[in-house]
Amino acid sequence: MSDATTESASTTAPEPSLLTRRRLPRWAPAGIGVASVALGVGIGVATGLSSRLQWGLIALLLFIGLTYVITARVEGRHQAKDRVATSLVWACFMVAVVPLYSLLQTTIAKGIKVLDGNFLTHSMGGVITMMPGGGVYHAIIGTLEQVGLASLIAVPIGLLTAVYLVEYGRGKLAKVVTFFVDVMTGVPSIVAGLFILSFWIIILGFGFSGFAGSLALAILMMPVVVRSTEEMLKLVPNELREASLALGVPKWRTILKVVLPTSIGGIMTGIMLAVARIAGETAPVLLLVFGNQLINNNPFSGAQSSLPYYVFEQYSNGNDASYNRAWAAALVLIGFVMILNLVARAIARWKAPRTGR
Amino acid sequence: MTLSTTNTTIPPPKAQKVVTQPGDRIFLGLSRGSGILLLVIMAAIAIFLTVRAVHAISHDHGNFLSTFEWNADQTPPVFGIAVLAYGTIISSVIAMVIAVPIGVGIALFISHYAPRRLASPLAYLVDLLAAVPSIVYGLWGAIYLVPNLQGLNLWLNEYLGWTGIFHKTDPSSSARSLFTVGILLAIMVLPIITNVSREVFRQVPKAHEEAALALGATRWEVIRMAVLPFARSGIISASMLGLGRALGETMAVAIVLSASPQLTIHLLDPAGGTFAQNIAAKFGEATDFGRDALIASGLVLFVITLLVNGAARLIIARRKEYSGANA
Repeated sequence: MSDATTESASTTAPEPSLLTRRRLPRWAPAGIGVASVALGVGIGVATGLSSRLQWGLIALLLFIGLTYVITARVEGRHQAKDRVATSLVWACFMVAVVPLYSLLQTTIAKGIKVLDGNFLTHSMGGVITMMPGGGVYHAIIGTLEQVGLASLIAVPIGLLTAVYLVEYGRGKLAKVVTFFVDVMTGVPSIVAGLFILSFWIIILGFGFSGFAGSLALAILMMPVVVRSTEEMLKLVPNELREASLALGVPKWRTILKVVLPTSIGGIMTGIMLAVARIAGETAPVLLLVFGNQLINNNPFSGAQSSLPYYVFEQYSNGNDASYNRAWAAALVLIGFVMILNLVARAIARWKAPRTGR
Repeated sequence: MTLSTTNTTIPPPKAQKVVTQPGDRIFLGLSRGSGILLLVIMAAIAIFLTVRAVHAISHDHGNFLSTFEWNADQTPPVFGIAVLAYGTIISSVIAMVIAVPIGVGIALFISHYAPRRLASPLAYLVDLLAAVPSIVYGLWGAIYLVPNLQGLNLWLNEYLGWTGIFHKTDPSSSARSLFTVGILLAIMVLPIITNVSREVFRQVPKAHEEAALALGATRWEVIRMAVLPFARSGIISASMLGLGRALGETMAVAIVLSASPQLTIHLLDPAGGTFAQNIAAKFGEATDFGRDALIASGLVLFVITLLVNGAARLIIARRKEYSGANA
């Protein structure tokens, strides 16, 4: 023991005790961090690098290098590797936060400029794209109707499929359905759009409409609903089912009156998240609904707009007034999706399944 | 504690339990029907896309696989997917190279490094990344990311240009390149990779980790020896799910990439295209035949994503059985 403590730290002692080994002070990572950021900025300014991204990268590399060298000298190689791994993992997280922050900050800062009551209650009818003015009313109507119709189609099918998989499914069919539900989750939205295009519009000969868009959105929504509902139904304790069946209640009534009510909170959460996902889809709307400057309240005939499509359309106009409208619509869209997410979480917390334990 | 008055008589066994009510049969029929409907939809996607695609490809005057340009609306139509396939794969590979290590790192951060109380808010932050619609990523990518990556592009060109990959033919051209698209896609698939990996890390048996700790391993050694080997197949399938998303991403690519029918190894040049981007860009002014041609390229994309996702799911399924046997 005493031998290990007297040894100098730079030679890698075979088994120094954890308690007696030399350790860096607690503030060491912070100190190294500050030093490397300062150095990074210094080097960036000195060599005339313009991008702050590069400053950050230099600082990051310096930090990792310094950490390794200093820890290796004081604490040994094992600890040095551990510290480097820790800082790398922290760096990964920071790297993910940067774009999220930048995206939200840009959208809010640019979107808030045009976003007002007028923007929310007017369409683009009679607005020259180069000029400020106009709004997203028609797009909001379109999004609400298309997403609503898609949910009306996808939710019952998704729920029933999940019930089948959890309550009835035993044999080969259930396995095949499970596999294809998983694969269906990965179908790109543009492919769903092309399918409805070839089936509904080219072969059956219907025109562009909000409903055609909803069909494609429903295809994207179904597997999400199935998966989340399945997870929730599996959480329902078997004792509840057995108790109900033991009272002589038929299986279908057990499912409707016992299983589904028990898990309704989680199911609602899954549905809201699925709605949030399809509300942001642009590609099917581009192919099937075709976009419209005017208010079209009827989703079953004629072209409509939708919020994500509106963002795309305004961006494509390529002038400052349109860019501002695009940012504002993006802000409305993010707000809509975030609200759905928060509501979903609130429902999940409020109606968490009581597992009886 | 002594004799409680609970009635322990067993209820009389009912032999006529097998009687199925009409309600039961209807309900079973409905739910099984929905399951079958999902299969029918998947089959219909394949069939209807194939029907239109065959029509288009049989009238193609170029080679569908090796032609560079996409001129389906002229007569005679000449179009091919060479550039699109190349661009789709390259941009997805760039996205994977960036997103897999970072995504796994974030998952490790949330599961093993973050302070316990912060873990779930941080997980929520990652979910926020997933909730942002792709069109908003596209808008941000085109207006914010492209100008801000110009500096990085020039730097790469200056110091790594000799590799060819990071050579920028015209340094003054914008950063609307496959490289930028790859970075944007990486940001978009991060949440998928993170969430699936986190789920797998959570399943690592505590006993393995504690055993490693007891042997004096540092936290990193625990992760390398106990966590990562157990989670390897999970990470692979998480990456493939992310890959599936990156392959099919449409709007963000359509907005950011400056497309051209060029197949170049210089990733920083604004050139190339992807399946989904090409469909979104060409659809507006496509003729009836042009649409069929686009459907043909969509079919190729569908098959690729189907294979990638199917493989990912098979790996996950095999894992599940494995860990179930271990538990």
